[in-house]
Amino acid sequence: MASDLLEAPVAAPAPVRPVRPRKRRLTRYALRFVAVAYVAALVAMPVVVVVWRTIDQGASTFWHAITAPDAVHAYQVTAQVAGLAVLINTVFGVGVAILLARYRFPGRSLLNVLIDVPVSISPIIVGLALVLVFGWTTGWFGPALQNAGIEVIFSTPGMVLATAFVALPLVVREVLPVLEEEGIEQEQAARSLGANAWQRLVRITLPTVKWALAYGVVLSVARALGEFGAVRVVSGDVSGQTQTLTLVVDERAEQFEPGAYQLSVVLIAVSAICIVAISLLRPRGEC
Amino acid sequence: MGIKAVGISKRFGDFVALDDVDLQVETGRLTALLGPSGGGKSTLLRIVGGLEDPDEGTVHIDGVEATGVPAQRRNVGFVFQHYAAFKHLSVFRNVAFGLEIRRRPKAEIRRRVHELLELVHLDQFADRLPSQLSGGQRQRMALARALAVEPKVLLLDEPFGALDTKVRKELRDWLRRLHDDVHVTTVFVTHDQEEALEVSDEIVVINNGRIEQTGSPNDLYDHPANDFVMGFLGPVTRLGERLVRPHDIEVLATDSAGAVPGEVVRLIRIGFEVRAELRTGDSAPWVQLTRGQAEALDLQPGRAVWLRPAHDASTLVAR
Amino acid sequence: MTVPAARVTAAPARARLGGWSGAGLGVAVLWLSLLVLLPLAAVVATGAGDGWSGFWSAVSNHAALTAIRLTVLSALAVAAINAVLGTLIAWVLVRDSFRGKRIVEAVIDIPFALPTIVAGLVLLTLYGQQSSIGVHWYATNQGVLVALLFVTLPFVVRTVQPVLLALDREAEEAAASLGAEPFTTFRRIVLPAIAPAVASGAALAFGRAMGEYGSVLLISGGLPRTSVASQYVFAQIQNDEYVSAAAVSTVLLLISIVVLAVLGQVHRRAARRG
Repeated sequence: MASDLLEAPVAAPAPVRPVRPRKRRLTRYALRFVAVAYVAALVAMPVVVVVWRTIDQGASTFWHAITAPDAVHAYQVTAQVAGLAVLINTVFGVGVAILLARYRFPGRSLLNVLIDVPVSISPIIVGLALVLVFGWTTGWFGPALQNAGIEVIFSTPGMVLATAFVALPLVVREVLPVLEEEGIEQEQAARSLGANAWQRLVRITLPTVKWALAYGVVLSVARALGEFGAVRVVSGDVSGQTQTLTLVVDERAEQFEPGAYQLSVVLIAVSAICIVAISLLRPRGEC
Repeated sequence: MGIKAVGISKRFGDFVALDDVDLQVETGRLTALLGPSGGGKSTLLRIVGGLEDPDEGTVHIDGVEATGVPAQRRNVGFVFQHYAAFKHLSVFRNVAFGLEIRRRPKAEIRRRVHELLELVHLDQFADRLPSQLSGGQRQRMALARALAVEPKVLLLDEPFGALDTKVRKELRDWLRRLHDDVHVTTVFVTHDQEEALEVSDEIVVINNGRIEQTGSPNDLYDHPANDFVMGFLGPVTRLGERLVRPHDIEVLATDSAGAVPGEVVRLIRIGFEVRAELRTGDSAPWVQLTRGQAEALDLQPGRAVWLRPAHDASTLVAR
Repeated sequence: MTVPAARVTAAPARARLGGWSGAGLGVAVLWLSLLVLLPLAAVVATGAGDGWSGFWSAVSNHAALTAIRLTVLSALAVAAINAVLGTLIAWVLVRDSFRGKRIVEAVIDIPFALPTIVAGLVLLTLYGQQSSIGVHWYATNQGVLVALLFVTLPFVVRTVQPVLLALDREAEEAAASLGAEPFTTFRRIVLPAIAPAVASGAALAFGRAMGEYGSVLLISGGLPRTSVASQYVFAQIQNDEYVSAAAVSTVLLLISIVVLAVLGQVHRRAARRG
């Protein structure tokens, strides 16, 4: 009988006594403290200290550091390399995303997996890999490139390749989910109204993904500006010629020359702008 | 006294969810908290269960003070509208959860869980995952789970709200019969007055954070304390200055003491019932009659009749 | 008169490749091959260039082994530490609210956006020889660990956060009503639900830590006993020892593949339950 079920006594878990809400609150404070302290000690404090030391070293030191000739040259190189790499990645990213989302072809899932490979490879290995293909004396295409007079390694093209490699998946991975979820019916509607492929791309597809694309581009820019290891290998790290801003910071730091902090602060400022942009553009549903 | 809540108040920011509410439920009774959405009934239930803390007031369960005791120590069973199934555990492990927490021996757990699953007719699904069950089955599992630890009180928050009408009716009957067998003090929240009237021993009507009336289903239906309760528990129509139930209005062919004259405007037949819309001097009541009554009076649109409330009907002065 | 049955529309079908899209695919494949596949193949091929003995001696010499061991152990430690602390941080961000929480959210994004060399300098400044708080971890394993923790901070946090946000809170309330104390509820109800996300985040952290270079460079000081594998490979490249560099790189790639595959299994098994 059903009532038998309730006759066998089951002990209540603990004597019933009012619990101070303080105990629950204590756990909450403890967790909060650990989280905030960890993040502060690991990230916030170090950054603050660097900014502080930079300010401490004064405005004229700052000015000298950021106007030093090799620094100025590095701005140019960085802008060029990062700009080209992000541009290539954006075009590639949107193109591949459209291919993966809208078409079927053999090897589609393989392509999908390959896109993610660059993220998990050490930048030094990336640099090495490019040198072993495009280097004049060391690479598979070396002799051919040398004959044609095309300098990839130790020059801008190589640096662009290295930067594009490390940021490869960023745009694709932001745009692809959006394309898979939306847009296909609108594209079909546009097609039935007579729009050709280019018009559909520009008027329907791109606007559908514009926020995801912006997010991916900002991530790519941040990644490109910050690339260090791969570019170091590929560029030869030649002062005043093939150095990006990150390489200059490294040289200053390793040679104990002044200016490392100041140029770092410039990079921190740019990163801060990227972070703000990232937070604002972050796809809804997170945080 | 199974549940005794006194002076319960609760605010969420500026919104007053409960205002000095008292609730008493006798041990072993099945009580419904009835009211419109946002009226405070779920909040009261959660306070009794320990899932919320009141700003003011005390809660006693089975004579023991429970205010400030967290939910896990109140030994109160809770069933949620959306089942709250443990998705990664099988039906068996779901029902066994409370017993496993209390470290009961495996053999005992196995016995009790299977008994309960048989009781709710889910024994053959013991190894399935909740996602493989229908809504009604998930809710029966949730009930078995709550009963497994022998709670002193069973609380159900709109337990059938997420289910189809047919399943809802089945489970409603089933809950009543289960309670008749098992006799746990039970409180359930609903906004469906039919459900409250059909299932419960006692109804507490809550609106805007206050208790409007408490009583048996018949009490509330026949002797509502105010027009809100009257209107919420059943159909109401206005005859002159009074509110009265449409089936409590006598329709007469000739003038009689206490009757007012009126005219039939429209007749609608619904099955064997007839709904007559009428007009009197100062109101437009509608009356519910059986087909036989309507035919006996030979009702037609335009016919003149006299209306008065049945002598034992309760009426309220309209505001 | 018969009425034709309504056509059932399935999910949008993908189209076959046409002229433009086919060409686009060709370009994409060519680009990927040139940029990714070919270079990686070159690494593996070059590593094997001196045969098995060449490969083995490149990989098993003392300096290489030290670097590989430091790298793998640090990466595993970092993945584990992040699994715990990252989950804790995600919990606090989702379930707690306090003034300044938004600042914490923004700070967590810093490692994503900051150049690794700047991260390295920043950590050296506070935890290196010129530390203002008396912590001197220059040229120590702890210094390497801190650098790796810095760059991997966001990984577990950001994969776990969305899952926590989407959790069915009522299941936790149900567990409480059945007698589970808060930690028990966390262990039995929340943890199984977030386990796949924690595994993914830990995998990302591991992969990143295995290959990290810029942030570790400065604080490790370049000494052989505190150099990570990427530093070792870089040194080999600078000395034109390409075979050696490629061989060690191949080993690193293999280790990453194995660990990522294992973590992928953990993820899959944990995800099946939900």
